[in-house]
Amino acid sequence: MIKEFADWLSYKVFEMQAGTHMADAVNFFVYDTIKILLMLTVIIYVVSIIRSFFPPEKVKKILAHKTEFVGNILAALLGIVTPFCSCSAVPVFIGFLEAGVPLGVTLTFLIASPMINEIALVLLWGLFGARIALIYIGTGMVVAITAGMILGRIPAVERMVEDYVWEIRMGNVEPPKLTWRDRAEQAALHTQDILRRVTLYVLIGIGVGALIHGYVPIDFVATYAGRDNPFAVPLAVLIAIPLYSNAAGTIPIVQALMGKGMPLGTVLAFMMAVTAISFPEMVILRKVLKVKLLAIFAGILTIAIIIVGYLFNAII
Amino acid sequence: MEIKVLGPGCRNCEKLEADSKQAVKESGADATVSKVTDMAEIMRYGVLSTPGLVINGKVKSYGRLPSVKEIRTWIEEEKKN
Repeated sequence: MIKEFADWLSYKVFEMQAGTHMADAVNFFVYDTIKILLMLTVIIYVVSIIRSFFPPEKVKKILAHKTEFVGNILAALLGIVTPFCSCSAVPVFIGFLEAGVPLGVTLTFLIASPMINEIALVLLWGLFGARIALIYIGTGMVVAITAGMILGRIPAVERMVEDYVWEIRMGNVEPPKLTWRDRAEQAALHTQDILRRVTLYVLIGIGVGALIHGYVPIDFVATYAGRDNPFAVPLAVLIAIPLYSNAAGTIPIVQALMGKGMPLGTVLAFMMAVTAISFPEMVILRKVLKVKLLAIFAGILTIAIIIVGYLFNAII
Repeated sequence: MEIKVLGPGCRNCEKLEADSKQAVKESGADATVSKVTDMAEIMRYGVLSTPGLVINGKVKSYGRLPSVKEIRTWIEEEKKN
């Protein structure tokens, strides 16, 4: 139905000739924008309802005193559904440690939570299809679990956390009793808030994507940054780091580039770096991690993401 | 009555402070609204997700932005105690 509408708008209303660059770009833009905004509305709403059952105050109790491996897996899963913004990274970090969540498990959570978020998933699913969205979730979890486990095993890693962190004592708060109506209302507010923040980026991203789709030659990326170029993956990761968690704006562009021959591994590595590694995030984490641990944290994450890139370029 | 807004200074924390002042004004309660930005103090209340709202030492909400109407109901509740 959206497809018919996009065809009608671009070929009938704008009277463009089907098959020309301009008509292609407009058609692509109208179709993708409507599809993505509809998907965002529905999925953010559903995820917000699920989230209302897992506030960090509750998650820390679930993860407290869990053993290494099981704890890391749980942390990665809970990271997907837990509300998280980088402004709460510090309290979540301190609160988890104080509750007895192992350091490695806490770090797994801090990696998974921004990396596997619903906005990125909607865009991946809507633009790349369910298969790639699932591959992204799976590899994202493996990266978060592995990096957390490695970091947790560094000898005397506790001493690489800022000292004041260990001195904070937390109070206990009764989780508010929410009715289904409360959850529905809060989810609606949250959905509006997110849509207001990302719509412009989605429009810009899809707009640029549409131009690439209509005008860039078909094997453009394949020629310059295809499978054979060993520097493509690290370069993609480097470019992604300053694009602070802006999945909404970048994923449509990457999707268009994939259509022009960017291999899947490079695509995955790029998107993981956009969501998981960012300069502002590191500045925030510096408040709780000493420089050495922060550097190891960023290093391991970067290497893990680059490995994902090479691996998928090699096998698919 | 003592109303405290817990938050390191994100956008929602500022909105909650303004909304709390609005709710106080509407209800005509004798209350002060102050901000708590120190992380250790925020966490003493057990709150991990900001902004949090504390009235007379009791955590009323956290991790979301309550409406002015809701804040008013909490103020009325506390008035009775």
